Amino acid sequence: MATEATVETSALAAAKRKEFMRSVIEMAGMLPVLFVICILFSVLTPNFLRENNIVNVIRQASINIVLAAGMTFVILTGGIDLAVGSVLGFTAVIAVVVSLIPGVSALAVPAALLAGLVVGVLTGATVAYIGLPPFIVTLGTYTAIRGAAYLAAGGTTVINSKISFAWIGNGYLGPIPWLVVIALLTIAVSAFILHKTILGVHIYAVGGNAQAARLTGIPVPFILIFAYGVSGLLSGLGGVMSASRLYSAQGQLGIGYELDAIAAVILGGTSFVGGIGTVFGTLIGALIIAVLNNGLTLMNVSFYWQLVIKGAVIILAVMLDKLRTRGQSG
Amino acid sequence: MSTSTKAGPSNSDQPILEVRQICKSFPGVRVLKSVNLKIWPGEVHAFMGENGAGKSTLMKILAGAYRPDSGEILLDGKPVQLRTPHEARLAGIGIIYQELTVAPNLTVSGNVFLGSELKRFGFIKDTAQMDRKTQEVLDRLGARFKATQRAAHLAVAEQQQVEIARALFYKSRILVMDEPTAALSDRETERLFAVVRQLRAEGLAIVYISHRMAEVYELADRLSVLRDGEYVGELKRPEFSADKVIEMMVGRRLEDFYEHEKHSAGRIVLEVKNMSDGDRVKGANFQLRQGEVLGLAGLVGAGRTELARLIFGADRRKSGEVYLDGKKLQINQPKDAIRAGIGYVPEDRKLQGVFLQMSSGENITMNILGQCAAGGVLDFKKLNDRANAEVKAMRVRTASLKQRAGGLSGGNQQKLLLARWLEINPRVLILDEPTRGVDVGAKAEIYALIQQLLEKGMAVLFISSELPEIVGVCDRVLVMREGEITGEVGGETGIEITQKNIMKFATDVVRSASTNGN
Repeated sequence: MATEATVETSALAAAKRKEFMRSVIEMAGMLPVLFVICILFSVLTPNFLRENNIVNVIRQASINIVLAAGMTFVILTGGIDLAVGSVLGFTAVIAVVVSLIPGVSALAVPAALLAGLVVGVLTGATVAYIGLPPFIVTLGTYTAIRGAAYLAAGGTTVINSKISFAWIGNGYLGPIPWLVVIALLTIAVSAFILHKTILGVHIYAVGGNAQAARLTGIPVPFILIFAYGVSGLLSGLGGVMSASRLYSAQGQLGIGYELDAIAAVILGGTSFVGGIGTVFGTLIGALIIAVLNNGLTLMNVSFYWQLVIKGAVIILAVMLDKLRTRGQSG
Repeated sequence: MSTSTKAGPSNSDQPILEVRQICKSFPGVRVLKSVNLKIWPGEVHAFMGENGAGKSTLMKILAGAYRPDSGEILLDGKPVQLRTPHEARLAGIGIIYQELTVAPNLTVSGNVFLGSELKRFGFIKDTAQMDRKTQEVLDRLGARFKATQRAAHLAVAEQQQVEIARALFYKSRILVMDEPTAALSDRETERLFAVVRQLRAEGLAIVYISHRMAEVYELADRLSVLRDGEYVGELKRPEFSADKVIEMMVGRRLEDFYEHEKHSAGRIVLEVKNMSDGDRVKGANFQLRQGEVLGLAGLVGAGRTELARLIFGADRRKSGEVYLDGKKLQINQPKDAIRAGIGYVPEDRKLQGVFLQMSSGENITMNILGQCAAGGVLDFKKLNDRANAEVKAMRVRTASLKQRAGGLSGGNQQKLLLARWLEINPRVLILDEPTRGVDVGAKAEIYALIQQLLEKGMAVLFISSELPEIVGVCDRVLVMREGEITGEVGGETGIEITQKNIMKFATDVVRSASTNGN
C-alpha cells in the first residue's frame, strides 16, 4: 500500500510539474521568437532600436492587431473570417463618405463601426442558424463587401482632408500615437472578455466542442454571432483607423489584410480547429509580422524578398510551435 | 524468471510469445512494473485491467511503437528486438487497434496490400492478383464482401475483417485485438467471435484486450490481469469467475460492487407523455418518481438514447409532453430542460460531454458560471472553491484544477461531467451509459454516487447496455424495443428484475428474425 501511494503521489507531482511547464510555455508562446527577431535586426541595422522606430513598428502593426484580435474570437470558435479586409475597405469608405456629408459628419465613426458590426452579425447568423461553413460564408462576404466598398466609393478615391476624426490616425496621447493606444486597448478588452467573463468561457467551450456546449445549455448560436460580430466591429474600427490615417479611402483599401490577420492569430498559437489560444499570443504574432516588415525594409530588402521571408518565417514559427507542443503531450 | 514449460491446451510446449520483466516509465510515471506474460499458440488470451492499468502501453511495446526500459520479449523462446512497428509486423505480431485505420477511398484489396502492393515489372500495380489473393483470405474469414469493393461502404465489423486480413498477409502468428467489439452490434460481435475462433483453430495466438467480462468468458482460454502496471496473475479457463477477475482487477470483491438498497419510490417527479420523434421513438409514456433509479434497457438501436435526448430537448420532437412536478414544461432546447431542473450526462463522453481542451475546473463549473459571476465577470475564487470541493468529493484524480480534461482517464472525465451536473442540483438526472469505457474502480464510485443523489431526493433515469449493471443499480426498469416501451419490470409490476425478464421484453423472437437492422 505504501509503495502504491508514493507511486501515485510522484505521478501526480510529475503531472503537476508538466502542467506548470505547459502553462509557462503557453504564456510565453511566441515571445522568444519575437525577441530573437528583434535582436537579429538590432544587430543587423542600427536604426531598428531607435525609439521612434519602435513606436513606428507598433503603429504599423496597429490595424493588423485590431483585425487579428477580432479574428481570434472567430478562430477560437473554430471558424474563420475571410472578409475582414473587405469590411475594413468598405467601412473606411463609409467613414469618409459620411464625414463629407454636411450636418452628419459627426456620425462618420459610428456609421463605420455599425456597418462592420452588421456585416459581422449577419455572417454569424448565417453560420449559426443556416449552418453553412464559415469559410464559404465569409468567402462570399469577402467578395460581396469588396464590391460594396467600390460602389460606396463610386469607383474612385474619396478624400476629406479636414476629416473630423483625424486625431485617431495622426494624434498622440502623450508620446504614444492614438493608433497604438487603440490597438492595445482592443487587446486588453478582448483579453478581458475571453479570460474573465462567462462569455469568454463559452467561446472556448463552443470552439472546443460545440455539441457538448449545446448539451450543457450554452447558447451556441448567440456565441457564434457574438464572435463574428466582434470581428465585424473590429474590422470597422480598422476601417476608421485607416481612413483617419490616410484622410481618404478607396474601394481597394485593405486587400489582403485578412491574410496578415490570420497569420498573426496562427503565429500567436491559436489552434485552427478552435478552443485553444489567447489574444495576447495574437498580439505577439502581429508584432512579429510588423517587425519583419519594418526590419527588412530598413535593411533595404526588396519587397518581393520580404514576402518570401515573411512566408517562410510563418511556416517555421508554427513548425517550432508544433514541435514544442508535441514535446509536452507525450 | 523461470522458463516454465507449463503446457497450454494446445499441443505446443513452448509459448509463442513471452514477455519477461518488462518495465516502462514515462517521465515521472512508472507505467509497467516488471510485467510477465506468456501467450500460447492456438489460444485466445484475454488481457484485462482497468483503464490506466498499462494494457495499451504493453500493447504498444508489442507493436514496436514503444521500447521497453528493461526486460525481454521472446518469440518461440528466442529473444527479439521490436524497434519499429515494421519489425513487429515482420516478427509475426499483428495489431488490430480500437480505432480502425481503413482507408475509405481504396478497395478492400487496396487496403489489405496498402504499403506493400504487388507489382508487375517492378512498377505496375498488379490489381488482379491482389484482388485474387485478398478474396482467398476473405473467403477464409467468411467475409460477406468482395475484395474489389470500396472500403467506404463497409460496416465497422467488416472493416475489422479487412484489418484482420491485412494482419494475416504479414503471416502474423500473434494477433493483438484492442477492445474489438467496442463499436460492434451484438450480431457483428457474434461474427467476429466466429472469426476469432477460426483463427485459433488455425493455430494463431490471439491476445484479446477487453473490458467486457461476458466476452472474455465466452471466448478466452486464459486470462491475465494487469493492475496499476503490475502483473497480477493468470487464470485458466476452468478457474474463471467474475469474483476472482474483479478481485484481481481492483483488489475488491464483487458483492461490494453493487452496493444498493432498493428504494421505495416517492411521488412522481417527471412524467413523459406520448413522446415521439416520428422515427426512432414511438409514443413513449412513463413516470419517474422521487428517489428512484429508473432503468432504460434495450438492445442497441432500441431508441433509449433518442428518447432521453427528446426529453432533454436535444432533438426535435414530433409529439410529446414533459411534466416536472405536475407542471408542463416548454422544452425546445437543452437550455430549457436545464433551467427546469433536468440534467443529462450524454452517451458519448468525448464527443458530447467533456471539453477536452479545457481545464478540469472549467469542465466542472461550466453550468454554474452564472452563479459565480457579477455582471458577467467571473469570480475565480468562488469557481475554484466549488470545483475543488467537487474534486475532493468525487475523488477526481487530477493534478490540479488547471489540468486539461483531455489528459484524464475515462473514469475521471466522467466524474467531471457528473460533478458538472451535481453543481446545479437537478431534480432529474438522465445518465446515458455513465460507465461506458470506465474502469471498474470508477464504476463502483459512480454507483455509490448515484445512491447519494437518491438520498438527496433526486430521481435518476439510467440508460445502460450492460444488463448486470441495470439489474444491480435500478429500482425499476423500462424496456424498449424498436422505439417503443415494450415492458416494465420491478417496482409494482411484481416481475423480478432479472436479465432474463428484461431480455424477454427487449427481443421479440418472432419479429427479430425478419427485422434485424438498426
